[in-house]
Amino acid sequence: SNSQWYSVVCLAPICLYPCLIKSGHAPNEMTDGIPGDLLPDLDQGVEMERFADEADVVIVGGGPAGLAAAIRLKQLANKHEKELRVCLVEKASQIGAHTLSGACLEPSALTELIPDWKERGAPLNTPVTEDVFSILTEKHRIPVPILPGLPMQNHGNYIIRMGNLVHWLGEQAEELGVELYPGYAAAEVLFHEDGSVKGIATNDVGIAKDGSPKDVFERGMELHAKVTLFGEGCHGHLAKQLYKKFNLRENCEPQTYAIGLKEVWMIDEKKWRPGRVEHSVGWPLDRNTYGGSFLYHLNEGEPLVALGFVVGLDYTNPYLSPFREFQRWKHHPFVAPTLEGGQRIAYGARALNEGGFQSIPKLTFPGGLLIGCSPGFMNVPKIKGTHTAMKSGMLAAEAIFPKVTAENLDSETAGLHIPEYAENLKNSWVWKELYAVRNIRPSFHNYFGLYGGMIYTGIFYWILRGKEPWTFKHCGTDASQLKPAKECTPIEYPKPDGKISFDLLSSVALSGTNHEGDQPPHLTLKDDSIPVAKNLAIYDGPEQRFCPAGVYEYVPVETGDGMRLQINAQNCVHCKTCDIKDPSQNINWVVPEGGGGPAYNGL
Amino acid sequence: MSGRVLVGVKRVIDYAVKIRVKPDNTGVVTDGVKHSMNPFCEIAVEEAVKLKEKKLIKEVVAVSCGPQQSQETIRTALAMGADRGIHVEVSGKDYENLGPLQVSKILAALAKKEDAQLILLGKQAIDDDCNQTGQMTAALLDWPQGTFASEVSLEGDKINLVREIDGGLEHIKINTPAVVTADLRLNTPRYATLPNIMKAKKKKIATMKPADLGVDLTSRLEVLKVEEPPQRQAGMKVETVEDLVGKLKEAGRI
Repeated sequence: SNSQWYSVVCLAPICLYPCLIKSGHAPNEMTDGIPGDLLPDLDQGVEMERFADEADVVIVGGGPAGLAAAIRLKQLANKHEKELRVCLVEKASQIGAHTLSGACLEPSALTELIPDWKERGAPLNTPVTEDVFSILTEKHRIPVPILPGLPMQNHGNYIIRMGNLVHWLGEQAEELGVELYPGYAAAEVLFHEDGSVKGIATNDVGIAKDGSPKDVFERGMELHAKVTLFGEGCHGHLAKQLYKKFNLRENCEPQTYAIGLKEVWMIDEKKWRPGRVEHSVGWPLDRNTYGGSFLYHLNEGEPLVALGFVVGLDYTNPYLSPFREFQRWKHHPFVAPTLEGGQRIAYGARALNEGGFQSIPKLTFPGGLLIGCSPGFMNVPKIKGTHTAMKSGMLAAEAIFPKVTAENLDSETAGLHIPEYAENLKNSWVWKELYAVRNIRPSFHNYFGLYGGMIYTGIFYWILRGKEPWTFKHCGTDASQLKPAKECTPIEYPKPDGKISFDLLSSVALSGTNHEGDQPPHLTLKDDSIPVAKNLAIYDGPEQRFCPAGVYEYVPVETGDGMRLQINAQNCVHCKTCDIKDPSQNINWVVPEGGGGPAYNGL
Repeated sequence: MSGRVLVGVKRVIDYAVKIRVKPDNTGVVTDGVKHSMNPFCEIAVEEAVKLKEKKLIKEVVAVSCGPQQSQETIRTALAMGADRGIHVEVSGKDYENLGPLQVSKILAALAKKEDAQLILLGKQAIDDDCNQTGQMTAALLDWPQGTFASEVSLEGDKINLVREIDGGLEHIKINTPAVVTADLRLNTPRYATLPNIMKAKKKKIATMKPADLGVDLTSRLEVLKVEEPPQRQAGMKVETVEDLVGKLKEAGRI
């Protein structure tokens, strides 16, 4: 028969077992009823019971937001001498291994959280000393003055390796008594009978590629909590389900995104200018494709630079490859000299939010709430989201703490509802900051594209600080922006030279990404026939180009004519771009076995 | 018979990570790099835990020699089913110079101290590929050794072993106490699942220094230089057999 075993856990409340799912059914989609052909095979002789444990608060995601929330909770617990069990699960094998960011950190939130961060050895070693902004043309560079007050001004900020900061935050959290569990992915949201969130379950392990249980099969574990915080970062897979279940997006714009690709280079000491921040827009992107580059000189003892390229995922040309735009940007006469004689030592990629204020969903629901880049608090023109993510985590902790430690709390639902978090966020600097810059990104959608946007920013932000009474809308979802391939021109990308620019596969190898081979691919398709029928036929298979890890390939079928989509799930770097940009919205990223994915080191 | 098994576990750079040589060519970069338990050590732990589950042995003790982070590796072994751990603290320059001979001396001392009946190790570590520790430990203790084991079964006070050798499989029977090193096909290690990691936090890890066991860590080896393998030169495609022969002659190969 054509049915395939899928291990993926269907979220219908009673069906928690490896299911026989005919291809065509959406695994991990919320279903109210169970189609008749989904019958658990109960005489597998496999142990189906899940071990469950209770905590006061469970946090999904060990990034800046999750860790800030955990730290703040424990600080409050210690201050008020209350017992509080805080458990944090993180899919990366170690805290920081899936973290990727530019980054120029605005230390405001960190200082609020841990005022003596410097004495405690937080890895903020590189104050920004020089700030350079350029518009690039193919061969030249137009300098743009960064006037004080413009969002991209970095005075007072630090160039950091975000992975190292996150790792340090993890150490602070552990010292305070937070239970950190890296290597364990939250795969499923658990619900009480009244529909409120009960906690999460980690994924089952030891399932073979075909969905059948291996000898080492073991069910995941349930972690129950009074409140669960979801801090999965940009485009979290559990958040995606929560949006649907609790209708959290009914009064906001769809989220819009960009993909950020990054490399770290050890450069020639003579080229090294510690503290220097460079940003550019323009070439190689056309004026209607949002994006630009960053290049930061770190000062941590070695001549390291962190550099990368961001492309807005609302781009329209299906032939565009963000990876290859990044590689060819490095050859620009303003950029290449810095890298000549140097050695590339790291590579990675991650999607980031660009929707800003207009795209913030409802943040709380019975039993849980959303923090950090998951709902999305990035200040797009500043290209900073970490300070707001951390603040959201802290505000969440401050709102949760009194309720979770209250002696006799009257709650309508079994899982606690904490609307105070959203109210406090609205009254905080996060809200004011995001409101002020809300129109900058959408202002790029005009005939003059990039230049129109920059003029808008100059007039309305620099002079009026975002006080204009209107709020621009976004243009719809990123996935719906692609034009059919026949309406677009293929882009001629230069071949990588192996010294400054590189091919995709050697880049992916540098990310250290790996997954247990014999497990069901975690990039699931709702309908197996759509990739060839729609993505390839109409859009020439854009997933081959927007995936920064070479997961998707259209290859000829073994016998006969035609093509098929090959999914090299092991390469995945968990960037989430495919789930965002697939024009058919057919690709559903679910979390693979915990511990898999990239092994970023100080990215 | 004590029924006690000592399992050695080593913390190594994860096999999927791209190794980078330090700019001063003294070694590879390890700071912040993802580490995990040596895959062959995982197999050894699994075998020990299986023996305990079959009630053929009574206690599994996981041992690791290294810096503070080695405790994470021991915790993984505890989560897989080991009963307690021993962390022999070695750090800094001593750790950089730590090799099979010193580790064997430590294991031999521990085996006597703990009255071990069996020592289970991985056949080799994936960072240095030495494939020496098991053999040296057996020699220091004057115990039999069963290396490259792909099947282990206890029969009274003897062990039946199948060894993977170049020509095929070798079946041997050795007396206990003995040292056995695990090869790839011995078993499939179980996952260290979250409930077990939580339980493992309650299991004990004793710490000690090599000096406590009377072991001298002086190395008789000196690493002169560590280099990247030479860059692979681009190949060349030729159209005809004559071209190929011509090019080979040019390069002086024929």
